[in-house]
Amino acid sequence: MSTIESSTPNQTQSSDDAMIRVNELGKRYGKFKALQGITFEVPRGQVLGFLGPNGAGKTTTMKILTCFLAPSAGSAFVGGYSIAEQSLQVRRLLGYLPEDTPIYPDMTVLEYLEYVGDIRGVESGLRRRRIGDLAEICGLMKVLSRPVGHLSKGLRQRAGLAQALLHDPPILVLDEPTSGLDPNQIVEIRQLIRHIGEEKTVILSTHILPEVQATCGRVIIINEGRLVADGTPDELASQQHDNSYHVVFDASGFTASGQSDEAIQEQLERVPGVQSVASTSPNEGEFSFTIKGESTLDLRKEIFCCARDNEWILLELQRRQLSLEDVFRRLTR
Amino acid sequence: MRNILTLGRRELGAYFNSPIAYIVIPAYLLITGYLFFSQVFLVGDASLRDFFGTAPLLFIFFLPAITMRLLAEEKRTKTIELLITMPVTDWQVVLGKFLGALGVLLAALALTLVYAFTLSSMGTLDWGIVSAGYVGLVLLGGTYIAIGLMASSWTRHQVAASLITWAITFTLYLGGKLVPMMPRALAPAVEYLSLDSHFVNISRGVLDTRDVIYYLSLIGVCLFLAVQSLDSRRWR
Repeated sequence: MSTIESSTPNQTQSSDDAMIRVNELGKRYGKFKALQGITFEVPRGQVLGFLGPNGAGKTTTMKILTCFLAPSAGSAFVGGYSIAEQSLQVRRLLGYLPEDTPIYPDMTVLEYLEYVGDIRGVESGLRRRRIGDLAEICGLMKVLSRPVGHLSKGLRQRAGLAQALLHDPPILVLDEPTSGLDPNQIVEIRQLIRHIGEEKTVILSTHILPEVQATCGRVIIINEGRLVADGTPDELASQQHDNSYHVVFDASGFTASGQSDEAIQEQLERVPGVQSVASTSPNEGEFSFTIKGESTLDLRKEIFCCARDNEWILLELQRRQLSLEDVFRRLTR
Repeated sequence: MRNILTLGRRELGAYFNSPIAYIVIPAYLLITGYLFFSQVFLVGDASLRDFFGTAPLLFIFFLPAITMRLLAEEKRTKTIELLITMPVTDWQVVLGKFLGALGVLLAALALTLVYAFTLSSMGTLDWGIVSAGYVGLVLLGGTYIAIGLMASSWTRHQVAASLITWAITFTLYLGGKLVPMMPRALAPAVEYLSLDSHFVNISRGVLDTRDVIYYLSLIGVCLFLAVQSLDSRRWR
């Protein structure tokens, strides 16, 4: 190994509070560009969700951060240590749960955790206590003496999580931590991750969107090796606002006075700021419309006033929020 | 050093958690036992000469069965990701694996001491020659293991790893056997490289530093190449 392992963080590049700092990271596999200039930072105590379709570069980024792969371009610092030059220090700071939880199938859960603790240099008294605590937290008590190869996917996943947490690392990198778990386990693991994220820095990748909303304070979306969005789940949803409204009127009043939904549509189109109005299939006794606004201006007031002036009975008025699903689909299509 | 031992212990455990150790060791004992007892009782020659003499050939068949999984299996099942992302150097990984496989060899060789004790109970046995022979066996076996480990670092397929190991060890073994037929200019070089010719002295009880250095340097080169191959994954 030709790399120099110095024990102090690389001060020239390390920053104040960023636990992870990724700068113009690129990775090629032969001719295929898996990552093309990704830049982001993660401060202490943040759970960062890494979103993207399959093959977007999530796992590659994680493998680079955990020093399993070397980047083809750019640099990355973990806890102030360079992944290229201080890889041992970086790996000491990290707990890593790779995709598909590759754990030696011939070892029992207890043997494996002992082995990891040994290599991680967790002193034996503390190790025993940590293993006990984590077995409790991760629900592994009953399977400690079973070989990993005999466990279900969910249990193996939890063993993997226990393994990543064993040395109490300040930074956790979790590649699809809830895949293969049943709904109850998913809720438990999310709670656990949120709890961990209060003090530690967590990066988790997923393509399950509700997971991000449930666990992450911040989301990064990557697509085809490029960063396409970065923000809190709410910010992302509002940035991608398409300013449309859903309104429903009581139809009984109109039919009595002989007014049709076309007349209402016409009136609505005259409201300043409205771009288009479309009638949507109504329920019995209701007229409903989808209104699109021109700018990002909030038109709810104007729509209400229009209804009041015409003495229409307004049943529903809703400004449509894009869900993270919509944002994701939009950005990665 | 502590990491190397932890990794080595895990590797040794893997052999005894799986059928490998329970197949390879008895098979080795069966064949060496047959050779030994037939020599003693049929030929009437109470010595370990054949036991030592056949080792360079027998190891070619047995040791790849132990070494082929070392890194190839880790790569195929991706367990290497968790291994490499722990704070261990590539050298520690390779040395740990080397020691683990060497442990299986030592276990097998320890069991063959029965032959030596059988002989010494029947008459006088020159323990000097026997100890030199065993040191030689460990060096020879260690070299095969290093070659096997290197081959295992090149592929994710265990069978491919064992075939590569066979190819290399056979070449190094047969090279020595072909020396008499070789052009005079080539012969010394081939003889020096041959695994077999260095073992002849040792099995006679002569521990020559040149032979020891030969085996140790071959082990060193192979382990070095295995480390390089392990490191190269990062750049692919």
